[in-house]
Amino acid sequence: MAFVSSGYNPDKPMEDRISDIGPRKYDEFYPEVIKKNKGKWLYHEILEPGILVHVAESGDKVYTVRAGGARLMSTSMIEEICDIADKHCDGKVRFTTRNNIEFMVDSEDKVAPLKQDLASRKFAGGSYKFPVGGTGAGITNIVHTQGWIHCHTPATDASGPVKATMDVLFDDFQNMRLPAHLRVSLACCLNMCGAVHCSDIAILGYHRKPPLLDHEYLDKMCEIPLAIAACPTAAIKPSKVDFKGTEVKSVAVKNERCMFCGNCYTMCPSMPLADREGDGIVIMAGGKVSNRITAPKFSKVVVAFIPNEAPRWPKTTEVIKNMVEAYAENANKYERLGEWAERIGWERFFDVCELDFTHHLIDDFRDPAYYTWRQTSQFKF
Amino acid sequence: MAKHETPLLDQLESGPWPSFVSDLKQEAEKRAKNEKGLDLQIPVDVVEDLLGILELSYKHGKTHWKHGGIVGVFGYGGGVIGRYCDQPEMFPGVAHFHTIRVAQPAGKFYSTEYLRQLCNLWDFRGSGITNMHGSTGDIILIGTTTPQLEEVFYEMSHNMNQDLGGSGSNLRTPADCIGQARCEYACYDTQAICHDLTVEYQDELHRPAFPYKFKFKFDGCPNCCVASIARSDMSFIGTWKDDIRIDAEAVKAYVGGEIKSNGGAHAGRDWGAFDIQKEVVGLCPTGCMKYENGTLSINNKECTRCMHCINVMPRALRIGNDRGCSILVGAKAPILDGAQMGSLLVPFVEVNPEDEYQAIKDVIESIWDWWMEEGKNRERLGELIKRQGFQRLLEAVGIEAMPQHVQEPRSNPYIFWKEDEVEGGWERDIDEFRKDHKR
Ligand code: HEM
Ligand code: HEM
Ligand code: HEM
Ligand code: HEM
Ligand code: SF4
Ligand code: SF4
Ligand code: SF4
Ligand code: SF4
Repeated sequence: MAFVSSGYNPDKPMEDRISDIGPRKYDEFYPEVIKKNKGKWLYHEILEPGILVHVAESGDKVYTVRAGGARLMSTSMIEEICDIADKHCDGKVRFTTRNNIEFMVDSEDKVAPLKQDLASRKFAGGSYKFPVGGTGAGITNIVHTQGWIHCHTPATDASGPVKATMDVLFDDFQNMRLPAHLRVSLACCLNMCGAVHCSDIAILGYHRKPPLLDHEYLDKMCEIPLAIAACPTAAIKPSKVDFKGTEVKSVAVKNERCMFCGNCYTMCPSMPLADREGDGIVIMAGGKVSNRITAPKFSKVVVAFIPNEAPRWPKTTEVIKNMVEAYAENANKYERLGEWAERIGWERFFDVCELDFTHHLIDDFRDPAYYTWRQTSQFKF
Repeated sequence: MAKHETPLLDQLESGPWPSFVSDLKQEAEKRAKNEKGLDLQIPVDVVEDLLGILELSYKHGKTHWKHGGIVGVFGYGGGVIGRYCDQPEMFPGVAHFHTIRVAQPAGKFYSTEYLRQLCNLWDFRGSGITNMHGSTGDIILIGTTTPQLEEVFYEMSHNMNQDLGGSGSNLRTPADCIGQARCEYACYDTQAICHDLTVEYQDELHRPAFPYKFKFKFDGCPNCCVASIARSDMSFIGTWKDDIRIDAEAVKAYVGGEIKSNGGAHAGRDWGAFDIQKEVVGLCPTGCMKYENGTLSINNKECTRCMHCINVMPRALRIGNDRGCSILVGAKAPILDGAQMGSLLVPFVEVNPEDEYQAIKDVIESIWDWWMEEGKNRERLGELIKRQGFQRLLEAVGIEAMPQHVQEPRSNPYIFWKEDEVEGGWERDIDEFRKDHKR
């Protein structure tokens, strides 16, 4: 392999430089029927799971076939998507916020061949490449973060638990039997790169052991004051430590104040938290972002910890599946999971979902905690 | 023959959902074959090594990626995230494996021509592995070496008219819902304003000058498909001021069962005949609807535009005509003091492309001025608002307080009166006081 220059000259970085041009303009990429009818759509209908029609004032229709996919995607997959879009959709395609792929056509007769084409494509390992679904009162794709594939702070993997969970929930990706739509998200550490805090069901990676202290290197690799300042609970203080007979500058951590957030590790690589037994998954539930009927809500912690059971996370997927079934069976039409839990009361929710309530689930983090305790004599037995 | 055995990952190839493991394997094979005859600029077996290191993480229950170093392209403070693995001898292909964030087009529509160009570039100068897309919205290119960063940027900017996205303490690439491009609920053109602001604020996006990250997201209506209310420092949510448009004939068709409710979203189960009283009128959170003698009416003054009735009967009920957006501020993830949802700052503002959204840019820029002046290092806007109070935000932006700003008025009387609000001020004379009040 020989280095091939793009034309960039490292000695004169500013020569011929183009910067601050931003993204490509959206309307270059619109399918014709979108370009023509933008802002003039009358209504839509879901024809079957994964297939939508939008009807414009002009009478034009756009048919959308939505396919799920792993957001971790190779260029081979993207090229295959391009082949499909070239064949059926005049070379245009779109991705949704939740990592689905949308293929659009402008007449009904083009839908069936497209759908068949998508459904027929499988990986060598047997899974679908482009399962059609993800619409209406069902479960769409999981938004998630990087995990073990590419991040330094995860307490769990992302792509693996997502694959395992979607396999278990797959029927509801291709069905619309739920009382309302149900959104699942995953973030592999409490930085929550994926905004899991407002999802019907959230899978969150969490550490449970305070940072290890690599005293030998700590002062060499880290700015100690920055590490101290990074800790939200003021658990870290400077300290002189005896290391093999010499006194070195380092830090001490008051373990009982640590909430395992990993901020210290972000500031200081000599304070790693990751641990096979310590790390695992928190399950949260009942959040939403839509303003429909009730205000947006945060998700609440319903399971404090499940160990990482790679490669298929069976306990995690079982808890989620139970929750989905209990919701499907008991909630009213249009009721989101969190609205249902509030209507029946969280004490009943734990009952119905067969979840244990432990002291970990009572908020004790700062001021807002008080507002989550029960300040009424009303409760259910 | 695979370079590394991956017995744990192999178990993720079965089941119906698309397997990223199968995909990585096909990509590894593609690189090995190299049918296009590319002079690959990073090791041919990077994907093999990526599978290998991931397998090791599955075995150890821990990540094998280290902190990012400071890498990037000249003149930009973001867009590249440094990444190194902690087992470079075992997995030399991914020893240096940096992320490049590429600014996505608003609405995430693409032409295949563009995507193929991107694939060719990334096969040639990177791993061929991406995220379509990252959770902020960018296209994420996962894995290349330091010398390739400038080369990728040069080719992108020169041949693809394409720039990098944001990372670090700066504006992050804004994101939007599909909006008017294909959604009848959209109250404004989310793509147009998303693109305009992205281009207008390129400097803020590429050169960190903020206390911490800052995000805009644009939802065309209160359904919030991009979750702006939960995920952005400034959330723009479409809304309207006048009446929901009612098509009485279509209402009849819904009641008569000729049109499926909620666009057919509940077709997977038999919920019984559509009951407009129970499913629409009865669930309206403000109780402002009536269905009498076959006629649906709405007391629009009391409607809070929650979208429920419109979602249930999209052919009968349509958003009003006097449209704009609400601006909510301060949403953030829980890290540190707990998560925050966006709080309503501007109940209604026109979204006017004619004057390049001046009214909205005024709000944005006065918020930035305040945050850059008062915000501490790594303090998100929402935390600053909490620390200094919503009143300080109102002062900074020059907006009068109104009941729409609160869920309810305060339930404590501990008001921090300012001296100039109190008649006669605070300067008083103790001797004057003592004339009437003996010690
Ligand atoms: C458990 C953990 C959480 C994780 C891992 C997490 C992760 C993330 C991530 C990754 C983003 C970036 C989204 C993006 O723009 O692409 C994000 C955004 C956000 N998260 Fe979370 N989040 C978590 C919890 C929360 C909670 C509890 C809240 C609020 C209560 C919250 C609120 C937000 C908000 C408002 C954003 C805005 C994102 C943005 O600025 O774009 N997150 N979160
Ligand atoms: C101490 C705090 C944080 C650290 C150290 C951190 C670190 C990182 C790193 C290293 C990545 C890149 C992973 C990769 O692609 O290799 C990342 C991604 C990201 N972070 Fe953070 N992060 C922090 C806090 C947050 C918070 C609070 C949010 C959101 C509110 C957030 C949102 C994101 C998002 C959206 C991504 C892209 C993730 C994806 O799409 O996979 N981060 N973060
Ligand atoms: C230094 C502080 C305080 C002093 C010296 C003080 C003193 C008094 C006195 C002398 C009385 C009248 C008792 C009587 O003659 O029946 C009283 C009544 C009362 N105080 Fe305080 N008090 C103080 C703080 C508070 C605070 C902080 C509260 C509430 C938060 C409070 C609530 C009351 C109430 C509710 C009554 C009964 C009023 C009534 O029903 O007659 N006091 N206090
Ligand atoms: C501006 C501040 C306040 C004023 C002017 C005020 C005034 C009053 C008055 C006039 C009463 C009735 C006294 C009576 O029955 O003779 C009362 C009762 C009471 N106040 Fe306040 N109060 C104030 C703040 C507070 C605060 C901050 C608290 C507690 C946090 C409090 C707790 C009570 C209680 C517990 C009672 C007794 C109520 C009852 O008998 O049912 N007050 N207050
Ligand atoms: S959520 Fe945490 S571990 Fe996952 S990608 Fe974001 S910063 Fe990394
Ligand atoms: S993990 Fe978080 S709470 Fe614990 S010591 Fe580090 S910074 Fe402090
Ligand atoms: S947020 Fe509203 S306008 Fe935007 S896509 Fe969703 S429903 Fe349509
Ligand atoms: S939009 Fe919501 S509040 Fe308004 S009339 Fe419809 S259901 Fe009622």
